[in-house]
Amino acid sequence: MARMTMIEAVRSAMDVSMGRDEDVVVFGEDVGYFGGVFRCTQGLQAKYGKTRCFDAPISESGIVGTAIGMAAYGLKPCVEIQFADYMYPAYDQLTQEAARIRYRSNGDFTCPIVVRMPTGGGIFGGQTHSQSPEALFTHVCGLKVIVPSNPYDAKGLLISAIEDPDPVMFLEPKRLYNGPFDGHHERPVTPWSKHELGDVPEGHYAIPIGKAEIRRKGSAVTVIAYGTMVHVALAAAEETGIDAEIIDLRSLLPLDLETIVQSVGKTGRCVVVHEATLTSGFGGELVALVQEHCFYQLEAPVIRVTGWDTPYPHAQEWDYFPGPARVGRALTEAMEA
Amino acid sequence: MDEFSRLSLHVPEPAVRPGDQPDFSNVKIPKAGSVPRPEVDVEPEAIRDLAYSIIRVLNREGEAVGAWAGLLSDEELLTGLRHMMLLRAFDARMLMAQRQGKTSFYMQHLGEEAVSCAFRRALRKGDMNFPTYRQAGLLIADDYPMVDMMNQIFSNELDPCHGRQLPVMYTSKEHGFFTISGNLATQYVQAVGWAMASAIKNDTRIAAGWIGDGSTAESDFHSALVFASTYKAPVILNIVNNQWAISTFQGIARGGSGTFAARGLGFGIPALRVDGNDYLAVYAVARWAAERARRNLGPTLIEYVTYRVGAHSTSDDPSAYRPKTESEAWPLGDPVLRLKKHLIVRGAWSEERHAQAEAEIMDQVIQAQKEAESHGTLHAGGRPSVRDIFEGVYAEMPPHIRRQRQKAGY
Repeated sequence: MARMTMIEAVRSAMDVSMGRDEDVVVFGEDVGYFGGVFRCTQGLQAKYGKTRCFDAPISESGIVGTAIGMAAYGLKPCVEIQFADYMYPAYDQLTQEAARIRYRSNGDFTCPIVVRMPTGGGIFGGQTHSQSPEALFTHVCGLKVIVPSNPYDAKGLLISAIEDPDPVMFLEPKRLYNGPFDGHHERPVTPWSKHELGDVPEGHYAIPIGKAEIRRKGSAVTVIAYGTMVHVALAAAEETGIDAEIIDLRSLLPLDLETIVQSVGKTGRCVVVHEATLTSGFGGELVALVQEHCFYQLEAPVIRVTGWDTPYPHAQEWDYFPGPARVGRALTEAMEA
Repeated sequence: MDEFSRLSLHVPEPAVRPGDQPDFSNVKIPKAGSVPRPEVDVEPEAIRDLAYSIIRVLNREGEAVGAWAGLLSDEELLTGLRHMMLLRAFDARMLMAQRQGKTSFYMQHLGEEAVSCAFRRALRKGDMNFPTYRQAGLLIADDYPMVDMMNQIFSNELDPCHGRQLPVMYTSKEHGFFTISGNLATQYVQAVGWAMASAIKNDTRIAAGWIGDGSTAESDFHSALVFASTYKAPVILNIVNNQWAISTFQGIARGGSGTFAARGLGFGIPALRVDGNDYLAVYAVARWAAERARRNLGPTLIEYVTYRVGAHSTSDDPSAYRPKTESEAWPLGDPVLRLKKHLIVRGAWSEERHAQAEAEIMDQVIQAQKEAESHGTLHAGGRPSVRDIFEGVYAEMPPHIRRQRQKAGY
């Protein structure tokens, strides 16, 4: 065991995977010599050589497009998109190609790629470094979508993603890279070294894709969250004193519906939380599933707490980010309904 | 008064439209054999003029001339002729089958048979093509079973893609043919990635990307050239300039660059322009590029100058956007007739043998079609299962798709 930040955990996952499998290659913008703008790939080029970890031109469609070709050859590329906000030029390659190669060729060709991208806000990144585009991936059949909330999960899930036979979108909440951010931006950051989920095995381990984790057991209301919002929800439960059961989805697609249904069946109340915008967000899918499967157990309308339906602002970041106060109000509202 | 007048937008137009006399005076055609053949390790800067010329081997008399000639034996040329005739007969039958409602859609190669048929012969087993929908000659020339192509065209019970993919969007890893997308240009940069992988693994295999004149305008074309150039990927980047992108003439995608091949020059990629209706020239140029790739010298860009004689697909009518007789006026002739003439000049072929071969080939295609049709066509007979809709989205079916399959009753 070692104490790792989420950056170190992600790096360790790639390191372990590259060490075990010579077909794993890592590339992206600034990823090689420098080790990435968030330093997630630091040291990998020195250790594995520049044909297995290298810098790519600023061309997201090129990065993903070449990764698809490499996967068709038999490699297992794990590429980085510098910010999730930059993935749009690659969206065609992801949705029309990566997601459908197995299907359209009846398995003659497959596409085992991982596309890592820092996601979400909380770093004053404004509209081009703060987006949470996960719903644009969960809407695409053929992709898998993962959003880890801590170093332990990030490493185990990234290893699973690299070993997965299908394309995986791996969204890393950048505000969690250095500590379990609970939305209290005015307070000092708690580092992962002081958190039990910063305890990460140094070797190989895999966390199955498609399994949620209950972060806080409770009986009053179910909170469905992922990424940074898991920590915000934990803070909100603490501060309101409401006995919330907090589900960390970890994997959005495939989704652990069973854990959701069991929990809401027990609590009868549900709050869905994400940073992404409200309309057509992944929360809409979660709410629909909850009403389909738990309608007769529900005692209150399901509430969504999300980013506002506007572009992500710069100066007003903390009025935009769904922090613990907003989540807390939703918990209270769900209890009072 | 301002010294500048008001601005106006330039929108290119083809020289002629329906009702006009066809005019290809803008296509500058050098004499066969006049373009030199550089060494494969030539500096790209030294052969910039090859991006503006046209490499040709067969002259009007049917002789193979110049530095690019002399690579193929009688037997190999006869095989090439047979492949092109097979593709043409296959297209004719499948076009008819579409008219008869046996498939939803078809795309033929008429006039462009030499490009894919000759190119395939310059590759080795294990090399990988990333084709568009107009390179079925890559499969035909590698002896992929015609009946399997038809099974997919008819979406029948033996369709290799189980009804999930459009009729002509074939796939065959075994035959070095990457699953056709149908979206344009995406495969071009994937070919570069495949080639990079081969180099990363210190393999000996090479890749080939394919794109049409129209879709060179896509950003993936640019990405492909950047990556190929940066990493010196062992890839052949093919542009099939058949003059027409559905109804849009090639000038809309080409802009002011003169030729499509010239696009490679800014990337430092050797760029060749070749007579796409000349089987020998296509083969010679493809072999030159393949040798460069195999020697780890990097990518080559090739523009095949050809003409799409038929419609884009069974869904458009060319007489609505170009003169009906334009294909007859095309100055580079017909690839089948030109190779036939050459073989006759060589003394390896005759009109009688050609007529006989034509009949035999058509019979072979009809036999294959009968076999395929016995397993069903789009609206009759055996068809893929509804269950197949849900299979193969992922390696392992996730619970939500399983629930949906059950809901559909399977």
